[in-house]
Amino acid sequence: MNLSATPVRRQLHTPPVPPSPYPYHPGSLLSIMDLSMEGLSRILSRATALENQNPLERMRILAKRRVALLFYESSTRTRTSFELAAKGLGADTTLVSSLSSSIEKGESLKDTGLTLRALGAEAIILRHNSSGSAWLLESETRLPVLNAGDGMHEHPTQALLDLRTILAHFDPSTKTCCPDLNHLLESKREPVNLSGQSAAQGVEGPAFPFAVNAETLAGVTVTIVGDILHSRVARSNMLLLPRLGARVILCGPPALLPELAAAAGPGISIERDFETALAQSQAVMMLRIQAERLAGLQVDLEEYKTRYQLNEQRLATHAPMAIVLHPGPIIRGLELTAGVADGPQSVILEQVKNGVAIRMAVVERAMQAAEQGGRA
Amino acid sequence: MTALIIRGGQLVDPAAGVDAPKDIFLKDGKVAEIAAPGKLKLANGAEVLDAKGLVVAPGLVDMHVHLREPGQGYKETIATGTAAAAAGGFTSVAAMPNTVPVNDSVETTRWMLAPERGAVVRVFPIAAATRGSKGETINDFAALKSAGAVAISDDGRPILKDGVMRETLAAAARVGLCVIQHAEDTRLTQGASMNLGPMSFKLGLRGMSAESESSIVERDIRLVTELRESRAHLHIAHTSTAAALAAVRQARRSGMRVTCEVAPHHFLLTEEHVGLYNTNAKMCPPLRSAADRDALIEGILDGVVDAIATDHAPHAVHEKEVEFENAPNGIVGLETALGLSLRWLHKEWRMPLGRVLSLLSAQPAALLGLKGRGTLAVGSFADVVVFDPKAEWTYRAAEGKSKSRNTPFDGWTMQGKVRWTISEGRVAYDSLP
Repeated sequence: MNLSATPVRRQLHTPPVPPSPYPYHPGSLLSIMDLSMEGLSRILSRATALENQNPLERMRILAKRRVALLFYESSTRTRTSFELAAKGLGADTTLVSSLSSSIEKGESLKDTGLTLRALGAEAIILRHNSSGSAWLLESETRLPVLNAGDGMHEHPTQALLDLRTILAHFDPSTKTCCPDLNHLLESKREPVNLSGQSAAQGVEGPAFPFAVNAETLAGVTVTIVGDILHSRVARSNMLLLPRLGARVILCGPPALLPELAAAAGPGISIERDFETALAQSQAVMMLRIQAERLAGLQVDLEEYKTRYQLNEQRLATHAPMAIVLHPGPIIRGLELTAGVADGPQSVILEQVKNGVAIRMAVVERAMQAAEQGGRA
Repeated sequence: MTALIIRGGQLVDPAAGVDAPKDIFLKDGKVAEIAAPGKLKLANGAEVLDAKGLVVAPGLVDMHVHLREPGQGYKETIATGTAAAAAGGFTSVAAMPNTVPVNDSVETTRWMLAPERGAVVRVFPIAAATRGSKGETINDFAALKSAGAVAISDDGRPILKDGVMRETLAAAARVGLCVIQHAEDTRLTQGASMNLGPMSFKLGLRGMSAESESSIVERDIRLVTELRESRAHLHIAHTSTAAALAAVRQARRSGMRVTCEVAPHHFLLTEEHVGLYNTNAKMCPPLRSAADRDALIEGILDGVVDAIATDHAPHAVHEKEVEFENAPNGIVGLETALGLSLRWLHKEWRMPLGRVLSLLSAQPAALLGLKGRGTLAVGSFADVVVFDPKAEWTYRAAEGKSKSRNTPFDGWTMQGKVRWTISEGRVAYDSLP
């Protein structure tokens, strides 16, 4: 045997990767990639329609149907808005959290899910500290599962509400986002017609007042800043926004933003210099440093602030017309200053408000599919 | 002892350089006679196995399995694990010491070898390098060898301390055993559950770098080089990266006694096969990149890889039905190694049958110093596998002999169906009993 020979690279046929069986249930929302363009449009439309609907009428949509919230991690916005969304549609909700349930006694996710199903839950909303847990829960229960954040992986409803927030500030004629409040109020009453068809008619509106397509956000640049490595919000957004034509810039230090993040999908690039990234952006999404997931990683917070904190001066100099988003919880004085969080370019509280509308649409979608019994 | 005649088959015995139609006579657990079809002289009145159209080859040797006994009989027992081995064509399996307790003693080694364990093929215990596989105090290798240990390893718990590894290599060399290293710098893989790369980033899982494997391989090769005079033998278990394989290749060129094995899942699958958190695609070392996988195939085809070993690692169903990060590492492999090797290495990538079988028998037998195994020369142990090389079949994990079902190959097409497996002259597996 001749070991000194240079190995010959041959083109070999190798075993193919089998197609994914997920989602098992058409009502599930596990990954933002589960949604087709039409599915995205439908959720955005239903969010607007449900938000504008008479609350008493809306209560009949899911009257007395059962939705379970299963939360293995603490949460303020996501949990409350999912709960308000389900209740707003008339559903009964029950919250199971890891600290006040048999999970503490060692019950597995599978058994917890099966128990909730036996109790009559027709859909489960899951927040969990392990990446991929929503897939496990769906495959074991075969119920519609709504991923409310799985570890460092995905947070699809957050990406949807971020998209709704961006669209609300988006001017399709100039292809820019605008923080101006008047524009916002106007767009609330009469959703921006992106498909070029006639304007929305009344609160019910046409089928897709928010019909989105691969060009909808063409020309828009969204910069996501900070702890990308540990962020499920970043992952869902970087997969979603380029599908609508936006360019996503990831910005942060190598320890929190590995080079291979740019390979996660099309339309993603990395810019280490915050101000260079800001200057190109119509929307800036700030992230919290996730101390609970750093796993021994040392981050010099003072240096981080110097390079990546969004303060008024930086914003005014490099992106005076951009909107500022943050999925929360925000740490004032760390990733952004109080002045920016409370300033005119901040849309952080609108994001929270949009969360309820988006989650109503997503819960409705799950429960309608549940009623039809899902896929065989 | 019973006597058996295997008649009408094609004998493929790479170690003896035979690939011809032969009849074989097995007697008293040994190969008694080999002759051209119909020409056996010594055999009379023995039971006849009709091997027409079948390949008759030395029983396969798996130098890396986890039989889970003592201590974890709910995953596998020596009886069920060896039954799975027999179904897969294996007649010799080398059992890793990460049992409960760790096999670091003469007592445990003897317990594993006791007839009460119900082994249907031969079990060769691999003894722990250090007390409790904690990587601190070296065991008495001479005593372990005389109790039956065939190699030294702290599999699953790599020996990180340079001094301890150097001492292990030197002490094992003195008693003529090889040291099998699970090459993983666990200081770099804390909390990691798959290969480090675009996939791990996308899935939000912490990743194990290729360097966490190759750096230990390179360190160990340095130690072997320092111990050159002692003829220390380093064997790299489940080699999974191009970088580690390149280090082995380089060491061999320099004349070092450094060998390596590759598992079927590493030469067939990549990190993409993790899919959406398939815990049956979680093992350590993890499924790597396509470039790593291609390098392993190349290494098998060009001969730098010394053996195919399964790293058969059974786990109960409930242990794998958990969050990916919390699932234990490992997959079963004894019942799929031959079928996958023939399907891909032989049929797809055109590796001669004799070379594939050699990687699964003669070569691992030689690495472990198993005399009279891995060949069917007259006088060798009557360890035989008889299989239909052309038969294609679909593997169903639920129908397997192993106690566990954790495999990414469920439903895959295999090539080469085992008809009989014969261990020291006794039929250990018969596909049509």
